[in-house]
Amino acid sequence: MAIKIDEIKKLTLEEYKTDVHNDWCPGCGDFGILQSVQLALFELGIPRHKAVVFSGIGCSGKTPHYVNVYGIHTLHGRAVPFAIGAKLANPDLNVIVVGGDGDGLGIGVGHFVSSGRRNVNLTYIVYNNAVYGLTKGQASPTLKLGMKTKSLPKPNINDAVNPIALALVSGYTFIARGYAYDVKHLKEIIKKAILHKGLAFIDVLQPCPTYNDINTKDWYSGKDRIDPVTGKPIPRIYKLEENGYDPYVHNPDDPNEIQQKWIQVVERSLEWGDKIPIGIFYVNEHVSSYEERIQGTIEHYLEKPPAHQKISLSDGRTNVKIDRLLAEFTTRVI
Amino acid sequence: MKINQLSWMIGGPQGSGVDSGANIFSRACAYGGLYVFGKREYHSNIKGEHSNYVVRVSSNLIRSHLDEIDFLVTFDPETLFRHIHKVVPGGVIIYDVNQENITVDKIPTIDKQANKRIKKFLSEKGVGYSVGDVVNYARDNGILVYGIPYVKLLEGLAEKLGNPQIAKMDVMINVMAVSASLALLKYDFNLVKEAIKYVFKAKKKVADLNIESAKFVYDYVLENFEETNYKLQPVGRDAVDLIIIQGYQASALGKIAGGCRFQSYYPITPASDESVYLEDNAVFDLIGENGSEEKGSIVVVQTEDEIAAITMAIGAGLAGVRASTATSGPGFSLMAEGLGWAGMNEVPVVVTLYQRGGPSTGLPTRHSQEDLLFAVYAGHGEFPRIVYASGDIEEIFYDVAKVFNFAEKYQTPVIHLIDKAMANSIATVKKFDLSRVKIERGALVDVFSDGVYKRFKFTETGISPRVKLGTENAIFWNTGDEHDELGHITEDHEIRTMMVDKRMRKLEIALQEIEDEDKAIVYGDEDSDYAIISWGSTKGAILDAMDMLRSEGYRLKFVQVKLLHPFPKDRVLNLIGNSKFLIDIEHNKTAQFGQIVKREILRDIDYHVLKYNGRPMSLSEVYSALKSILENKANKIQVLNNGD
Ligand SMILES: Cc1ncc(C[n+]2csc(CCOP(=O)(O)OP(=O)(O)O)c2C)c(N)n1
Ligand code: SF4
Ligand SMILES: [Mg+2]
Repeated sequence: MAIKIDEIKKLTLEEYKTDVHNDWCPGCGDFGILQSVQLALFELGIPRHKAVVFSGIGCSGKTPHYVNVYGIHTLHGRAVPFAIGAKLANPDLNVIVVGGDGDGLGIGVGHFVSSGRRNVNLTYIVYNNAVYGLTKGQASPTLKLGMKTKSLPKPNINDAVNPIALALVSGYTFIARGYAYDVKHLKEIIKKAILHKGLAFIDVLQPCPTYNDINTKDWYSGKDRIDPVTGKPIPRIYKLEENGYDPYVHNPDDPNEIQQKWIQVVERSLEWGDKIPIGIFYVNEHVSSYEERIQGTIEHYLEKPPAHQKISLSDGRTNVKIDRLLAEFTTRVI
Repeated sequence: MKINQLSWMIGGPQGSGVDSGANIFSRACAYGGLYVFGKREYHSNIKGEHSNYVVRVSSNLIRSHLDEIDFLVTFDPETLFRHIHKVVPGGVIIYDVNQENITVDKIPTIDKQANKRIKKFLSEKGVGYSVGDVVNYARDNGILVYGIPYVKLLEGLAEKLGNPQIAKMDVMINVMAVSASLALLKYDFNLVKEAIKYVFKAKKKVADLNIESAKFVYDYVLENFEETNYKLQPVGRDAVDLIIIQGYQASALGKIAGGCRFQSYYPITPASDESVYLEDNAVFDLIGENGSEEKGSIVVVQTEDEIAAITMAIGAGLAGVRASTATSGPGFSLMAEGLGWAGMNEVPVVVTLYQRGGPSTGLPTRHSQEDLLFAVYAGHGEFPRIVYASGDIEEIFYDVAKVFNFAEKYQTPVIHLIDKAMANSIATVKKFDLSRVKIERGALVDVFSDGVYKRFKFTETGISPRVKLGTENAIFWNTGDEHDELGHITEDHEIRTMMVDKRMRKLEIALQEIEDEDKAIVYGDEDSDYAIISWGSTKGAILDAMDMLRSEGYRLKFVQVKLLHPFPKDRVLNLIGNSKFLIDIEHNKTAQFGQIVKREILRDIDYHVLKYNGRPMSLSEVYSALKSILENKANKIQVLNNGD
């Protein structure tokens, strides 16, 4: 993505916020994600009219209404294809997709997987609260087997999907995890994801204080595990980058390196419970984007994408010359 | 001698080149200035099941097929067994002499029901069940039968060309059969050659070899066989420039000409041919600013499902692009929720709906008009949409730009109804005239500088100024929730009523603005007591039947409705005028169109002519159905059931 920051007047952070009343529950992790999105847009200096936030349905789906850029609140599970349509029509747009875990990994999981095969240049943030917030706390696809949140009548008898591993095998070229209450860290990930060429996925651990009494803020920060020496909680969350973890694929032609990177992503993605990694798991900048692939068959695509094409002459008639195409159907012997 | 009046059929197993054979025949005729109309029937199968193609040829305009067959061109026994009963006395059968001993029971692709039907027909006539028996029966009934020794001819050709490989190239038999029929018709071989060249244009070697084999058979037939009662001869037609084209191609070209620059689709018969054509022709010529030559393009995306197909198209529509998706019943079922979102958020999007037999998987490759009411009602809640139906291949081309104009002017989804019969028919039509293709984008604005932009601003017409995503100073929000003028969620009861009214108001405006000629068209005798009302691809058979009936002194009028929703009640009432009897003709069981008309114009339908067996109505059927009505011998409902 090419943003020429010096060309544009720098806006204030406030200008990326709307005055729409926010009706999330007090203490909801969504606030931290919202702030991170606003900060990322602000710090990258993306002009407001050049950014679009698409969302699905759920508590998370309301996000676009709180961000002062184009905001398209779509259908349950379908935000990604909506966004892809807009992005392919006009690749100059900076497109961010947000949605719930039910939205993206339940009803929309087909799009989640299929999008990986395309690698369209956009950023997809999943709010992972392990519940269906807006429909009052049913189990989402990320709730672990046997868990019983306070909103569930019985323990969950479905196993959980592993979003990081699923993104990897689906072909996402930037895979990360953030934590809703670590805004500084999350906003940096979002910035990198926006700047990444290709499809970026960010799994955000998002406490839902109303329905999920298991994966709470206190639980993530280890309030139940006090270090006997320091008397302080031992946080469950740790940052990959602080452990010398290298997510980047450096040589795409080296199958060993790719294999090693995949193994390390899967290994880390399996960590849960006592140690939960956040940070960037995987980046492969060497995969062509879908836009580049279209350019392969339509030479002028990036310079004249659909949204920038004229379709009529000044008198309103079509500007298409169809003779070459009609030649195929002529009844005159050529 | 019948000159330039022919109903010709070729049949064979799928994968054996029935299609390309029919294509060669149709083109060869069209190259001679003749009008053709071809109807294709095939199974949902890739190899082996029976398929056939009926081509009618005439020196006058024709728009439909006949059940009666003059020339039955075969190279397998199944085609002969299945269609023998349709060949007219004096007609012609071409068959493979080496297959005379094969019996009906030996053919696994003739299923039980067809087996029973064929045997019933044969036993009633006292005919045995082998190809030889059928051939003798035909001969006894005044049909000219020509046994072609395809294999021997291939061997002869191999010897002539000094290439033993050729003896085994039975893939060429389809072309040989076609060529044999054209030799019997005494048609100019040069035109046959040109048609073969065209059909195999991607493979010159294949084309050359097929031309050799066609010529070999052509000469053989001329030398060895007696004359038929038929002749085809080229006519001069310099005044009218005709093209020969199929419905899906007309729709695709209409999209290119009509400014569609994004199409998403999930493969489904009979809709995907259109998308594949677009992908194949994604880059095309444009007239630039000062008449300069430029290139335009359409992005075609094959999606993971139809939900993604419609939502991607809507996304592209938000970016200001004319966007569409093409699908058939099962896919359209999956699109219902997306359709409602587009209606709620006033996004222009076109769904080209190729109807086929339903419900569920139904008859994947067969014709129907069963999705009219579904198109009108698909989706929960109430939102404006426009449903528009073309009646023939030529109309399809011009209608595409119109449906995009409607979508943009009224900022709402439009469903363009086509059907399998049109999609897969081939016809000679007047060359498309691009000066008739007008682009109207409604309230789309490029620049906004007028204070706070309100995407859903309340206006007199319900239509608000629309901008593309990416427009400066015009940030907006969309949501499937009820929303205020800015596009933010609201559940306020007053705004709710105003917003519903705003959206629905656009349909009233559409009804006021859409031209009468685009709403409904009348044909025939305006004072007739009998008014046929119909929609979609029945048009061809109706018009052809009316021509026949007129020559017998019957007066009929036909009101073809194109705008099906919102329903142009006044226009239709006006066109029906004082007619005493209404005759509804359509391809479904429940007279879906009849139901709409009845409800809208508050008048009973006197006669229904219905067909839902998956096969398009033939001219023969429509003619007899109408005649029995005109002679006052018809029941209120006539169900047609011809097919093969
Ligand atoms: C097609 C469809 N089915 C069901 C619903 C009802 N629904 C609304 S929100 C939601 C679940 C939201 O959960 P999630 O995606 O995890 O988002 P969260 O509220 O947790 O942010 C469901 C099932 C819907 N809106 N659309
Ligand atoms: S229900 Fe949960 S996810 Fe939804 S707003 Fe409340 S706290 Fe947040
Ligand atoms: Mg959730």
